[in-house]
Amino acid sequence: MAGISTTLSAPLPNYLEAKPGILSWVTTTDHKRIALLYLGGMSFFFFFAMSLAVTFRLELLFPGMQFLSHDIYNRLLTLHGVVMIFLFIIPGIPAVFGNFFLPILIGAHDVAFPRLNLLSWYCYMAGAALAVVSILSGGGPDTGWTFYVPYSVKTGQNVFWPILAAFILGWSSILTGLNFVTTVHRLRDKAMGWFQMPLFVWSLYATGWVQIIATPVVGITLVMVLLERFFGIPIFDPARGGDPLLYEHLFWIYSHPAVYIMILPAMGVVSEIIPTFSRKHIFGYKFIAYSSVAIAAIGSLVWAHHMFTSGMSDIARIVFSFLTFLVAVPSAVKVFNWIATMYKGAIRLDPPMIWALMFIVLFSIGGLTGMIVASLSLDVHLHDTSFVVAHFHYTMFGGTAVIFIAALHYWWPKMFGRMYRVRPAKQAVWLFFIGFNMTYMPLFIAGAFGMPRRYADYLPEYTVFHQLSTIGSWVMVAALLLAFYNLVHSLFRGERAPEDPWGGATLEWRTPTPPPVLNFTGAPDLSRGPYEYPEDVAQ
Amino acid sequence: MDSNTSGHADPYGVYVATWGALMALTALTFGIALLDLKHVTVLAALLIAAVKGSLVLFYFMHVRHERPLFLYMFLAVGITYAVFIGLTFVDYWSR
Amino acid sequence: MTESQATMTAEPVHAADHVDHYDPLGAKIGMWLFLFTEVLLFGAMFIAFAVYLRQYRIEFMGGSRELDRYLGLLNTAVLLTSSLTMAFAVAAMARGQTRRAIGALAATLLFGAVFLVVKAREWGYKFSHGIYPQSETMLDRPVGEQVFYGLYFAMTGLHALHVIIGMAIIVSAAALILRRRIRPDRHIYLENTGLYWHLVDIIWIFLFPLFYLIG
Repeated sequence: MAGISTTLSAPLPNYLEAKPGILSWVTTTDHKRIALLYLGGMSFFFFFAMSLAVTFRLELLFPGMQFLSHDIYNRLLTLHGVVMIFLFIIPGIPAVFGNFFLPILIGAHDVAFPRLNLLSWYCYMAGAALAVVSILSGGGPDTGWTFYVPYSVKTGQNVFWPILAAFILGWSSILTGLNFVTTVHRLRDKAMGWFQMPLFVWSLYATGWVQIIATPVVGITLVMVLLERFFGIPIFDPARGGDPLLYEHLFWIYSHPAVYIMILPAMGVVSEIIPTFSRKHIFGYKFIAYSSVAIAAIGSLVWAHHMFTSGMSDIARIVFSFLTFLVAVPSAVKVFNWIATMYKGAIRLDPPMIWALMFIVLFSIGGLTGMIVASLSLDVHLHDTSFVVAHFHYTMFGGTAVIFIAALHYWWPKMFGRMYRVRPAKQAVWLFFIGFNMTYMPLFIAGAFGMPRRYADYLPEYTVFHQLSTIGSWVMVAALLLAFYNLVHSLFRGERAPEDPWGGATLEWRTPTPPPVLNFTGAPDLSRGPYEYPEDVAQ
Repeated sequence: MDSNTSGHADPYGVYVATWGALMALTALTFGIALLDLKHVTVLAALLIAAVKGSLVLFYFMHVRHERPLFLYMFLAVGITYAVFIGLTFVDYWSR
Repeated sequence: MTESQATMTAEPVHAADHVDHYDPLGAKIGMWLFLFTEVLLFGAMFIAFAVYLRQYRIEFMGGSRELDRYLGLLNTAVLLTSSLTMAFAVAAMARGQTRRAIGALAATLLFGAVFLVVKAREWGYKFSHGIYPQSETMLDRPVGEQVFYGLYFAMTGLHALHVIIGMAIIVSAAALILRRRIRPDRHIYLENTGLYWHLVDIIWIFLFPLFYLIG
């Protein structure tokens, strides 16, 4: 009982200052520190993969080959995909913001398995190291990030290291998902029911299940590719009786749900940001919560729409086309609910809110063009064109990555205790918006005209689209550099952030900034629901 | 406060009986295979294996003593896996 | 209510950085979630098996006839019995019969080792007849049989690897019992070990008839 007085009087050291020294960081089991470890790794790989893309985008400024060989181009493209997908977008939001805020949002001191959490990070870093080693050793892989057989079994390029990297990264992802699901079940504050959880927690819970169920499938499939490649065990190679379409099925059974692993947490973050900056209770709480689960469930049934032109049966193609249309329903439910939340709200256009609004615009474009490629007949024309490239960059980059940046701006003051400057942050958003659309919108048009994806060269007719796109990529990079510079700058020059800079209602805003080691100074205050704002007149 | 305990020890006899049933079912599946029933063989093998798996699940792994959460989780995974197989075979059966 | 919350939060302040609360139910949920990943891991291979069984029915039946079904039967019996002793170990521990638990674990290890020896003999027998991936004998055969043996080596090999891992975990559990880290009132580690071992058993329950008995 003596503890109570200590709790109230002595100020607790915050998690950043609790223990000094590098060693205390790399052996930490504090979920907040692990989140920052991830953030460090992820920012590095994001800019690394971005610079690869800028490089081959530059090559595409003119038709013909300028300064890259076809071989190098293929490798840069593969590495860009592998790094962005496996090292940034899939783990991104759960590993950084999920780790940091999931326990706080449910009033817990840490995740259920803190040491396992650290192990996930080591798996992540080991996988990342392998992925990078794969470029340096005997020629990087040139298979594309999908490692399709039979090429991945037969190519002379180095396939072993990137596949091993993907396998280990898969385990990192599984362990994180397992940890989060258990945490939500076991460590939720006793006073918090399922439908009092913030929606970000719901989305992480649904994501955790997808990670647990889908990831092992791709793990073992990639292992089978390695068995085939190195022990000559015939499994997928058609020359030896295998069925390459089976590989595609097994690969996409994971890799399509992986798309929802990427986007669901982002949608969760949006469901936090929009009510906070509208000062209004989230509209349709249960619909948003259930739609997360529905997206996870239906999203697991649509994988073969990546294979419309691969030689599946007609019936299978129709079935998967139909199922793909279904998944748009819960996604649209979310978008409508966000817009309804803003209706008659007291909207404040702070940087996180503008990023989130931009997400709605870009993600809607990505989602609706997704409906176009989900249509069987149109997909036959658009498959493997730059239309698809533009589509998934609108959903993945304009969706997940934009929300990653929005979440950084939203939670940065809480994580580091420093406030960034608002003006440059807003300028970066608009610059990004221009650059992003300039980069990817022309690819839609070029794709519809027949420009294939992944090609190092193109016919002169496409020059204007590629030049717009390349120049747009420079604008976008400038915007990203500005946004990140502004954030990093605040660490050294920023003002101290208050406990609740945005007037949010979830638990993280009712604990000191930065949070103490065990997240709360007293008992978490659950007298208010996650979306109850004093200013909300509707209540 | 929920009953956060572990360990539901059954009498040893329950485990022995389960083991006996498993061995008997193994003999059954082996016997069916010797009969050479052509197309039924695989189906029978899978059915018996499913029964054996359930015995292990409920008795050795104590799912029958656990709170329903575990059964629900297992069913969710089982159904998802069945859907994976089903949808994959939508392609193969109609080719 | 408020008092209990206050004590709940007061406690961690003493224990500034070891939040070592014992939560067997949480540990068990975590273990089950891990087992689900194992189910799907093998599940993907079973999908491959199903697809090729449909495509190469005759060749798969031929390959199956060639496997030694009596060795398969023996191994099934061995593994089922090891599951029994594993269940004994957990039940004994829950009753506080530590020595009996250790004995049951030793028996489980023994059966696991027998399983691996039989498996190794079986593989060795196949190897000595030139049946292994990429061998000349193998390449002369119909592609369907090559695929059958490919899956046979891959799936039983992966399963054997799981048996080995399971045995290593059993050894660690026994060591923890001896060091009193696993106690009758705190034996979730042993329970989870048992869950893993039983799951490996379940996988074999499906592998056995599909490989050995479809001929």
